[in-house]
Amino acid sequence: MRLERTLWLVIFLTPALGLMVVFTVLPAVTALGYSLYSWTSFNREAFVGLENFRKLFSFPFQSDFLRALGHNLLAFVGLMVVQNGVGLLLAYALWRQPPFFKFFRATVFLPVILSLVVVGFLWLLFLDPLIGPLTKAANALGIASFAPLGDPRYALLTLMLVNAWRWVGFPALVFLAGMNNISEEYFEAARLDGATEGQVFRRIMLPLLAPAFTIIVLLTFIGAMEWFELPYVMAGVSGNPDKATDTLGLMFYRMAFGAASEATSNVGVAAAISVILFVIVGVGSALGSRVLRSREVEL
Amino acid sequence: MRGRKLGLLEALLLGVLILNALGVMGPLFLMLISAFKPTPEIFASPFAWPKTWEIENFAKVWQSGRFDLYFRNSILITLGSELLILGFSAMAGYALGRYRFRLNDTLYLVFLAGLMFPAKLALVPLFVQLKQMGLLNSHLGLILVYAAGGIPAAVFILTGFFRALPSDLDNAARIDGASEFGVFWRVMLPLVRPQLAIVAIYTAIPIWNDFLLPLAFLQSPELKTVPQGLAVFFGEYATDYGPLFAGLTLAALPLIVLYLLLSEQFIKGLTAGATKG
Repeated sequence: MRLERTLWLVIFLTPALGLMVVFTVLPAVTALGYSLYSWTSFNREAFVGLENFRKLFSFPFQSDFLRALGHNLLAFVGLMVVQNGVGLLLAYALWRQPPFFKFFRATVFLPVILSLVVVGFLWLLFLDPLIGPLTKAANALGIASFAPLGDPRYALLTLMLVNAWRWVGFPALVFLAGMNNISEEYFEAARLDGATEGQVFRRIMLPLLAPAFTIIVLLTFIGAMEWFELPYVMAGVSGNPDKATDTLGLMFYRMAFGAASEATSNVGVAAAISVILFVIVGVGSALGSRVLRSREVEL
Repeated sequence: MRGRKLGLLEALLLGVLILNALGVMGPLFLMLISAFKPTPEIFASPFAWPKTWEIENFAKVWQSGRFDLYFRNSILITLGSELLILGFSAMAGYALGRYRFRLNDTLYLVFLAGLMFPAKLALVPLFVQLKQMGLLNSHLGLILVYAAGGIPAAVFILTGFFRALPSDLDNAARIDGASEFGVFWRVMLPLVRPQLAIVAIYTAIPIWNDFLLPLAFLQSPELKTVPQGLAVFFGEYATDYGPLFAGLTLAALPLIVLYLLLSEQFIKGLTAGATKG
C-alpha cells in the first residue's frame, strides 16, 4: 500500500520535474560554465577562466556593452513612467465604474494579446517615411521630415512608446485588481472625514496598492533588461540607427547567432553577457522585492 | 458643489478611456482597411475608406507567403506544448497539493526556482543541447523547451488550487475503491477544469506569440511559425505595402477574434501570475 503510494507519487512528479530540469535548469547552469571556455562557432575549445568577461569589458566590446546596458536601464525608467504611469491612470478610470465598463476594460487589454512581431511591424509601417499614415499626418501638421526611427535622438523613445502601446493594459489590469482588493470602507471613512478624491487616491489608495506595485516594478525591470523582440523587429539586429537602440539582448543575439564576421561573433562572450544579465535580473529582482516589500502595508 | 466636482472628475476619466479606446482601435482598424487597398491607394490616401474591397492582397499572402503552413506549424507547436504543460503540471500539482510526503516542500521550491530561469538567458546552451539531442530545427525540440518553460508557473498555480479543494473528496473516493489514478483522473481533475483553462491561456499566448526561440532554433522554411513567417514575409515584400498590411491582419486576426469572444478568460488568465493574493 505504502509502496504503491510512493510509486504513484513518482509517476505523478517525474515527467514535470524531468522536463523542467533537462530543458530549463540544466541549460541555465551550463550557461555559467560556457562563459568560462573559448569557442569557435558552437564548438567548445579550451578553458579560459574569466577571459570572456575580460574581453567583454575591453575594446571593442566594452563600448557596445555599456551603451546597450544604458539603453536597457533607460527603457526601464521610460517604461516605468509611460507604461506604468498611464496604466495606473487607466486602472483608476476603470475602477470608478464608468459606463460601458466591460467594453473599455476589453479595449485597454486588447493589445496585450498581440505578438510583439505584429505590433512592431504594424508601427514600422505606420512610421514608414514613404507611406506611413503617421508620417503623412506629421507632414500635414507642418513637420517636413518625420522619421523618428531613423533619428538616433528619438529612435529609442519611439520603441518605448510602441512597447507601452502594446503592454499598458497589463499594468492597468493588475492595478485594477489591486484596487478592487482594497475594502471600500477605507475610502468611505476618509471621505466622511472630508478628504478630497485626490487625497483619497494619494493617501489611501496608493499606499494600499504597494503589493501590485511590487509585482509591476519587478516585471518591468525584468522585461526591460531582457528587451529583445521589439528592438529586433523595428530597429534590426544591430540596433539602428547607429546602435541608438541597441540592447543587451540584441548584442547577445549578435554575438551568439549573428556571425556576420568572426570578429563580431563570439559564443564565449555571448555566454558572458547572458551570465551578467542573469545576475543583474536576479540580484535586481531580489533587492527590489526586498525594498518594495518593506513598504507594503499589512492590513 | 462636491457633486459637480465629482462629475468633472468622472468626465475627465471617461475622456481618458475614450482616448485610449481610439488609440487602440484606430491603428488596428487602419491596418484592417489598408489590407484591402492596393499599394498605390495606401500611398495616395492612407486614412480613406477603400475605394473597392480587394482581397488580392490576402490571396498574395496566402499563396506566396505560405501562411497556411505557418499557421499549421504554430497550432501544432502550441497544442503540443499545452498538452505536455497541462498534463504534466496537473499531475505534479495534484501530487504536491494532495499528498503529504517528506520531499513535498523541497520539490515545491524546486518548481518555484524553475520560474527564475527564462529560456532567453540560456539560449546558447539550449541550442547546443538540442543539437546534441538531434532536436534542433524540429518542432519537437521547441515543444519540449516551451513545455519546460511553462511547467513551473503551471505547477505553482495548480498546486494552490488542488490544495484548496476539500480534503474528504479524495478519501471518500478511495473508500469507494477508486485507484490512485482514478481519484486523480475522475474525481480531482474535473474539479479544477476552470483553473486548467486559466493556466492554458497564461502559458499558450506567449508560446503562440514567441519569436526568439523559433528564430534561433528553426531554420527550415517549412517549419517556421506565424511570427517568424511574418518576419520573412516582411523581408520579401519590403515595399509592397498592401500585402504587408494583409499579412499583419492575417497574423493578428485569429487571436483578436478569440479575445473578443473570451476577453474575460483572457484577462483572468494572462494576469493570473501577477494578481494572486
